[in-house]
Order: sequence, then C-alpha cells, then structure tokens
Amino acid sequence: MNKLDANNVNVFYGSNKVIKDVSISIKQNTVTAFIGPSGCGKSTFLRLFNRMNDYIDTFKMEGKIEIDGSNIYDKQIRVEELRKQIGMVFQKPNPFPKSIYENVIYGLRIQGIKDKKILDESVEQSLKQAALWDEVKDKLKDSALALSGGQQQRLCIARTLAVQPTVILMDEPASALDPISTAKIEDLIYQLKSKYTIVIVTHNMQQAGRISDKTAFFYMGELVEYDETKTIFTNPKQERTLNYVTGRFG
Amino acid sequence: MPRIKEKVIEVGLASAAVITILTTIGIIWVLLSQTIDFFSDVSIVDFLTDTQWTPLFADKHFGILPLVAGTFLTTFIAILVALPVGLTIAVYLNEYAPKSFRKIIKPLLEILAAVPTVVYGFFALSVITPFLQSIIPGMAGFNALSSGIVMGIMIIPLITSLSEDALFAVPKSLREASYGMGSTRLQTAFKVMVPAASSGIIVSVILGISRAVGETMIVAIAAGQQPRLTMNPLVPIETITTYIVQVSTGDVAHGSLEYKTIFAAGMALFVFTFILNNISYWIKKKFQEKYE
Ligand SMILES: Nc1ncnc2c1ncn2[C@@H]1O[C@H](COP(=O)(O)OP(=O)(O)OP(=O)(O)O)[C@@H](O)[C@H]1O
Ligand SMILES: [Mg+2]
Repeated sequence: MNKLDANNVNVFYGSNKVIKDVSISIKQNTVTAFIGPSGCGKSTFLRLFNRMNDYIDTFKMEGKIEIDGSNIYDKQIRVEELRKQIGMVFQKPNPFPKSIYENVIYGLRIQGIKDKKILDESVEQSLKQAALWDEVKDKLKDSALALSGGQQQRLCIARTLAVQPTVILMDEPASALDPISTAKIEDLIYQLKSKYTIVIVTHNMQQAGRISDKTAFFYMGELVEYDETKTIFTNPKQERTLNYVTGRFG
Repeated sequence: MPRIKEKVIEVGLASAAVITILTTIGIIWVLLSQTIDFFSDVSIVDFLTDTQWTPLFADKHFGILPLVAGTFLTTFIAILVALPVGLTIAVYLNEYAPKSFRKIIKPLLEILAAVPTVVYGFFALSVITPFLQSIIPGMAGFNALSSGIVMGIMIIPLITSLSEDALFAVPKSLREASYGMGSTRLQTAFKVMVPAASSGIIVSVILGISRAVGETMIVAIAAGQQPRLTMNPLVPIETITTYIVQVSTGDVAHGSLEYKTIFAAGMALFVFTFILNNISYWIKKKFQEKYE
C-alpha cells in the first residue's frame, strides 16, 4: 500500500501557479528524492505533506494529499496530530536555544509527557538513532547552540524521531554542512529507511543517487519524471530529465 | 569647496555631541555638589534609615525610605499591569495577527505613548479612582493604586513595542521547527518564541521600570503627595519625583537645607535609573552575542 499519495495537485501563491497538476505515490519504508532547478517548487510540494504552507497568507491548494489513504486537508484533520506523524527536518539546523536534552524532548513535553523515565529513555534512544549519542551523552544539559552545525542537524533529526513519526520530510538537510557531516547524515538516512518513509529534497545529484530508491524530477512546477533512481540517472525517458541530471542545464 | 562644507558639517555635528556631554556633566556636577552640601548637614545614615521624611515641618526628619517606598509601590503596580498586557499584545501581534492588522495596531499604540502624562494624571484622578472606590470601599481619593495602574497603561506601548521587536528578531526557523513537531500556536508562542526572546523582553521591563520610576505628573496629580512608609496601595503616598516637583514649585528659599533636599532626592533617583539602564544595556549586549 502507498504511504503517501498526491492526486492532481495544484498550488497557487496568489495568482502565481507554482505546482501544476502533480500526482505521485510514495511507498512505505522507501527514500524518495525530489530534484530540480531552484524555484521549481520542490520545497512547496514537500511542505504540502505536513501542511506547513498553511501559514502563508496567499497559499491556495487544489487536489488531494493522502497519508495511509486519508485526505490530510480534510476539515476533521487536526494539523497538530498530523505533524506528530509526519516529522520535518529543515535546510538550516534550527535547534531551540535550550539544552540538548530539552531539544530532544520538546515534542514530548508539548504532548504533556512528564514522566522522567520516559523522557530519559526517549533522549537516549533518539540520540542513538540519530548517531549523536556518543558525542553528547556527557553534556546533555549543555546548550544545543554550542554544537557544530553537523551535530545540530543530527540533533534536529533526533528531535524529530523522538515524536515517533512514520514519515520524515527533509528539505536539503545537508546543504549547509561540510562533507564529513553530510556523509554522516546520508548514512543516517540510509539506516532510518527500515523504520520510516523518507522524502528528501536535494540539489546534490550524487546524494540523490546514493541514498534514494526513487527520484522525482520537478521542472517549473511540473513533475516531469518519477521513477527508480537508477533509471532517472542512467536511462531517463524524458529529454529534460537527461539534460538536468547530466548537468546540461539547471 | 566641498571639502570646506564637509568640515563645517563635521564641526557642527561634533559640537552638538560635545554640548550633550557637557550638559550631562553639568547636571551631575550640580547634583553632586549640592548633595555633598546636603550631607554635611544631615547624616547619610539618617538619610538611608530614618522612616520619616518631613523636611518641610518643624520636626524635621530626612529619611528617604518613605519616598523610595512610594516610588517602588507605584512602579511595581505599573509593571504588574504593563507586563502581562504588553507581552500579550506583543505575542498576539507577532504570532497571531494578520500583517494588515499589525499595521493598524502599531501606530495606534504609538498614539497611546504620545498622550501627555498630565492627561493620564487626570484620567487616574477623575476616572480610575472613582471607579475603584466604587469597588473598594474605604479607598482614599489619592492613592498609589490608581496612579500605578494608569502608569502601567502609559508603559504598555513601550513594553509592547520592545517585546515585539525581540519576538520578531527570533529566527523564523524556530517557529517552523516548533510547528513541525505538532505544537499549537499557543505552545509555540510561550514555549519557544517567548523564551527565545526573553532577554529582549527583560530589557523592555527594565526600561519600563526606569520610565515608571522617573514618572512625575501622574503621581503628582493622583497619588497624594504624602510621604509614607507603606506598601498599602489604597492610601496617599509620595514618590521621589513628586517630592522634587512639590519643593521646586513651592516657596522654599534657595540655598536652604529644605531646598537642598531635592538634590539629595534627585541623586537617589539618578543612581536608581542609572543602575537600571546599565543592567538593560548589559543584557542587550549579551543577547546580541547569542544570535550572531
Ligand atoms: N511564501 C511564498 N510566497 C510567494 N511565492 C513563493 C513563496 N514561497 C515560494 N514561492 C514561489 O514558489 C515557487 C517555488 O518555490 P519553492 O521554494 O518551492 O522552490 P524550490 O524548488 O524549493 O527552490 P530551491 O531549490 O531554491 O529551494 C518559486 O517561484 C517561489 O518564488
Ligand atoms: Mg527549497
């Protein structure tokens, strides 16, 4: 069964149509990469899945977005509940100006969980999953802002994992990081696949090639091609895709 | 020729700066010399510990405490009113209100800040006091409570504006992170945005205190001009500033001991606000380091 489905989706900012009739189906426990030139609508499309565009005054959407078969833009859906299920990691690491510990348990705190044992366990487990535990286990009470950029991003991933989502959306999660930190994040994504469904926006072709099962190529608001990653990079059906992945434009 | 013009402008600007500095030095000099003079007649221990302030009576006492108490009481009430209201408005404007609404409400608040304090004073005396008297029987016609409340109203725009700036300066990415994990607007506002802006908000409160401590007209009109060492907000009191106005506008002979009391009181006030401003400056600097 499909984890995520988009059916004939259009998105407007005011009168500007930025997503044009896009349909896509994403399977559970896969990594899907969104690629395409700057401004083609990757972030906008990604943020549809956790309704993060809702705060933009001029935003308007048509079509249907489903998770596990139910429409997330339905009136009965509580956005807060949806976002506990669909976590998000942003381009720039954005830890809260709080301790490492408080960052990880933020999502649990807002759910009203106070039991220290549960919180402690969640911190250890989430940080281990995010491959950060060994580096920070002795300084959990220190400010998260004192960590390096790469560590901060893994902390943000840990923070997202602590809420136990089933889907994780990532918008260029490694673009602000050095190569070593990037490699760590890529490893991490690869490991998380067994438990989560991951959708990642990236500008880095090699990265998309290394970590994703399927790749979607967007161009000027259209989904040009969506296929196995291998096919997209070696034998795409569309000429525009070929030109983009071989670096001839974009 | 443009070089000469440049020079003239430069000298003009520099002398403006120098005049400001000289004025400040002059004020401090007058305050200091008169205060030293004052303390050659009155012991500084009495000044700081005596519980009565009666320089204008036959039985003279020079204890600053009743005036400090009056100042503290009205200031405390003012902040009690201004902080919750100001912060709520700031949070509302920054987290909830549509941009268009924000554009309307901000200038409106500026107007509130532009009302002359004498108007606030009469508002306290002729509207707030009668209203409070109808709820609280036995409340005096002049009292700390209504002056404090109105002073709070006066400070609301200051607290709102500075807190709003502080909230606005918090990176938008923190708000997104919070929403992304399933927070409501309220949780995002008070668990993420307000804590992240806390140093700026503290600065706004300190400047608000500073403003309240120095406020003169409202208390002169509505608080009663009776130095009294009390924390009871329902009876007449006097603040440092009011006392200074009372003596400077009265018929006390220049150079007399009574006259010099206003410099001692002024010095106390100066030290007070000087410390407050320095604390806020220090916090502001720490705050800037954190986000750069
Ligand atoms: N808040 C907004 N208001 C109006 N227009 C917007 C807004 N955000 C994005 N857009 C427009 O929507 C289009 C798609 O933007 P989007 O950020 O989704 O592109 P992107 O593919 O993620 O680009 P990049 O690779 O640079 O991140 C662009 O033309 C952009 O100018
Ligand atoms: Mg983007």
